Amino acid sequence: MTDQQHTRNFAIIAHIDHGKSTLADRMIQLCEGVSERDMREQFLDNMDLERERGITIKAQTVRLTYRARDGQAYTFNVIDTPGHVDFSYEVSRSLKACEGCILLVDASQGVEAQTLANVYLALDHDLEIIPVLNKVDLPAADPERVMQEIEDVIGLDATDALLISAKTGQGVEDVTESIVQRIPPPAGDPQAPLKALLVDSWYDQYMGVIVLTRVMEGRVKPGTQIRMLGTRALHDVNEVGTFQPARTKGEVLGPGDLGYIISGIKDIDEAQVGDTITDEKNPCAKPLEGYKPSVPVVFCGLFPASTEDYEQLRDALGKLRLNDSSFQFEPENSPALGFGFRCGFLGLLHLEIVQERLEREYDLDLITTAPSVIYRVMKTNGEMVELHNPTDMPDRMHIEAIEEPWIRATILVPDTYLGNVLKLCEDRRGIQQDLTYAGDRAMVVYQLPLNEVVYDFYDRLKSITSGYASFDYQMEGYHEGDLVKLDILVNQERVDALALIVHRSQAEGRGRAVCEKLKELIPRQLFKVAIQAAIGGKVVARETVPAVRKDVTAKCYGGDVTRKRKLLEKQKEGKKKMRQFGKVEIPQSAFLAALKMDDQ
Amino acid sequence: MTAAPAPAFEAPASEAGSHRAPDPGFGVYVHWPFCLKKCPYCDFNSHVRNAVDHDLWRRSLLAELDHYASETAGRRVSSIFFGGGTPSLMAPATAQALIDRIAERFDLADDAEITLEANPTSVEAEKFARFRQAGVNRVSLGVQALDDRALAFLGRQHSADEALAAVELARKAFPRISFDLITARPGMTPASWAGELARALEEGPEHISIYQLTIEPGTPFHASWRRGELDLPDDETQSAIFEATGQTLAARGLNAYEVSNHAVPGAESRHNLTYWRYGDYLGIGPGAHGRLTLGGVKHATRQHSAPEAWLESVGTHGHATRARDPLAADQKRQEITLMGLRLAEGIHRDAFVRELGAQPEALFEAGRLDALREAGYLTLDAQRLAATAAGRLRLNAVIDHLLG
Repeated sequence: MTDQQHTRNFAIIAHIDHGKSTLADRMIQLCEGVSERDMREQFLDNMDLERERGITIKAQTVRLTYRARDGQAYTFNVIDTPGHVDFSYEVSRSLKACEGCILLVDASQGVEAQTLANVYLALDHDLEIIPVLNKVDLPAADPERVMQEIEDVIGLDATDALLISAKTGQGVEDVTESIVQRIPPPAGDPQAPLKALLVDSWYDQYMGVIVLTRVMEGRVKPGTQIRMLGTRALHDVNEVGTFQPARTKGEVLGPGDLGYIISGIKDIDEAQVGDTITDEKNPCAKPLEGYKPSVPVVFCGLFPASTEDYEQLRDALGKLRLNDSSFQFEPENSPALGFGFRCGFLGLLHLEIVQERLEREYDLDLITTAPSVIYRVMKTNGEMVELHNPTDMPDRMHIEAIEEPWIRATILVPDTYLGNVLKLCEDRRGIQQDLTYAGDRAMVVYQLPLNEVVYDFYDRLKSITSGYASFDYQMEGYHEGDLVKLDILVNQERVDALALIVHRSQAEGRGRAVCEKLKELIPRQLFKVAIQAAIGGKVVARETVPAVRKDVTAKCYGGDVTRKRKLLEKQKEGKKKMRQFGKVEIPQSAFLAALKMDDQ
Repeated sequence: MTAAPAPAFEAPASEAGSHRAPDPGFGVYVHWPFCLKKCPYCDFNSHVRNAVDHDLWRRSLLAELDHYASETAGRRVSSIFFGGGTPSLMAPATAQALIDRIAERFDLADDAEITLEANPTSVEAEKFARFRQAGVNRVSLGVQALDDRALAFLGRQHSADEALAAVELARKAFPRISFDLITARPGMTPASWAGELARALEEGPEHISIYQLTIEPGTPFHASWRRGELDLPDDETQSAIFEATGQTLAARGLNAYEVSNHAVPGAESRHNLTYWRYGDYLGIGPGAHGRLTLGGVKHATRQHSAPEAWLESVGTHGHATRARDPLAADQKRQEITLMGLRLAEGIHRDAFVRELGAQPEALFEAGRLDALREAGYLTLDAQRLAATAAGRLRLNAVIDHLLG
């Protein structure tokens, strides 16, 4: 248990690429804790994927000892929070574990939508915010303008903002000094009943589930019988400790401490982010506010490219789930793609991350179907069905109405691109809520149907604004819409994986786009391939892939046959990724690429 | 014009109605790995060396031949093929020694076809008589083009006139000749190709090989192609060239008995037919491949490809075998199909039975076979499985589909 007066718990809020991990690295170097050998670039992001993408997926913490200019040693608990909209709930829980935060803004790029959302979260939690402008050494840096922006857009006093370069180390010590001076020490009575926030949890194959916690009141130590107030799970604590940054065993965690608890939990569902941990023998009266189990909003099918990988995929999903309770899956059988799983995610990035991890860490080749949202189908018999998969759409005769989820989207963009952004939002059935300017940047707020957003909205937004737009959203509610199911047929057979639920006004255009794209993607075959898009029985678009004209090897003699055979065997391997439609075999890559198509 | 076809040889076209599969024969392939210069399109096992110790190479090739002879002794050899590289750079005495040794250790058929690949340069043409004396009775000339600019582009060291002169000399020296041309070159149109082909036909060849230019990985052309410097004819043009070539040659009595090979009946390359009919062949010399039935099991053999490593291994072990793999049934099924469907005669049912002990209906999925037959790409009758002309134009896709 550490001395509360000499403890500072804080997070770093930053948009992707604004230098959060670099700043964390500099602070680690400035403090005592990590030897040179352990000092890797961006220490905190310890998953390969995170390091490559430069984003944080799971909350990470590190405990540092900082010797301040006043000569005293302070314990810093740095919480590295996820920086993406999909994980905003986790950000919110991470911030709850802090007394303050650093708002890190790129001195040339300025405030971005994600920064905005997280700062509002920090303000909601009454955190002390220290604005820091990073990358001031770059020629494009314009601290004056960005400070003005912080005041205009966020409404935060930026006069005391620190100007630093995390890359060169310039000004980093001013940051650590400000942390000591400006962020309050944690409060909390060590004698009170245990009340601790579950900040994060993950599965370790040797230790079981490791819980990252922030103790608010009371104490926890080995032998304490802990109760999760949300999930009601009950466990005996085996070990407590902190990350310095290596996991280091301790004796007890008390108020203000950020540390871990190992208590033989096997199922990650019992350790939900945001839950309150208390002492079963001496429980706290009330749980911490705002706990909610994480709910997936985006769904898609994941299928093994080769059918024999099904079991392996199931195992891999199970293992990923050990570490990620926000991700859901259940078996699904698709006529086009075979046996696979219907999976639920917090958002598109979450989906992509899971998909990439499955492919990278478990060496699986996957087919991912078009992302879909949850529709509410009101049936004529009064029943309401939640639709996670377009193929489950009831017959039109039985549908009274369909409701779809809407979001409230905030987009920040240089005003030169504003026209493009407004057009995109209007094209996607958006309803403008607000439009304000801060200097030469505009902030626009739209209500948008989520199904228009899961369909490549983010990619389009980036491309029409040369990457300058930033985007954030929150779920808003369900509204009725004129929605239809669009089927794609290859050689008269439905490709269930490509079925989409779209607004009637978009159906024909989208159908045409899918057909055209598939025509490009399906390699010419021995037999011609007919591609159609249809609503019910009505074909709204069609294309034909003509048969291959010429494909023959010029030379094949005694010395060539082994090589040709091996080539054939290799192709056969590739054919596992093919699906048969009548006489033709379509590479799954074609479907995949069609699923990723952009709209034009 | 040509030597009369030997009676033992079963010609594919004239015997198309035969109920029995032709004997695929047994061939010996000898690889000579040296060239004066590498051509930018070639991915064969060829090397440029300042000096070649001809005595050492002769002794080593003979040693490797002896090694295999002890395992396949007594087999009747129906053909010998000196390939490369540029085997016309070999000392004629080396060819002589190898032919004599094959006659000594095997049962060399009296009418055996003995082919030498040669470059049509005046230097090599001077050696033709001595190769003929050594026993070579067929020569295959790498003419490649009859257009000096195209020859320069292909990196050839001869002009069109020099090549045609070499063809004339070869015709005088050997009973049978053939030459190669490369088509579908950058900038080529069906019209320009027709002119070139007409000029080639003035030579009155009884056998001609026409290869579409293929950009092979690892060649200088591949690098140029990747940089976008090679403007190859599109699919449509290539198809048009391919089909027009077949028609022009057929009108002159040269049948497309294989995808790229055209011959008047009886003038087909027997050695190559052994490959396509999936017979056994012995391969010696650097990088040579073989298919040998040993102890009732068909094996794929491969010799060390690097010339120096090959020499060293032969010096130490008497042979430079790098691989000697028994072929599984499915591998044989793939190989017999890959090779046999290239032939107009297709694959005899007897050949399937000989190699795989089963009829094609049992070897291929019915749905695949039927789809390809319905589309007019394959025929299957009481005698054989064969690709149609349309099927051969798309043979890779047909085989790919058939084998599943």
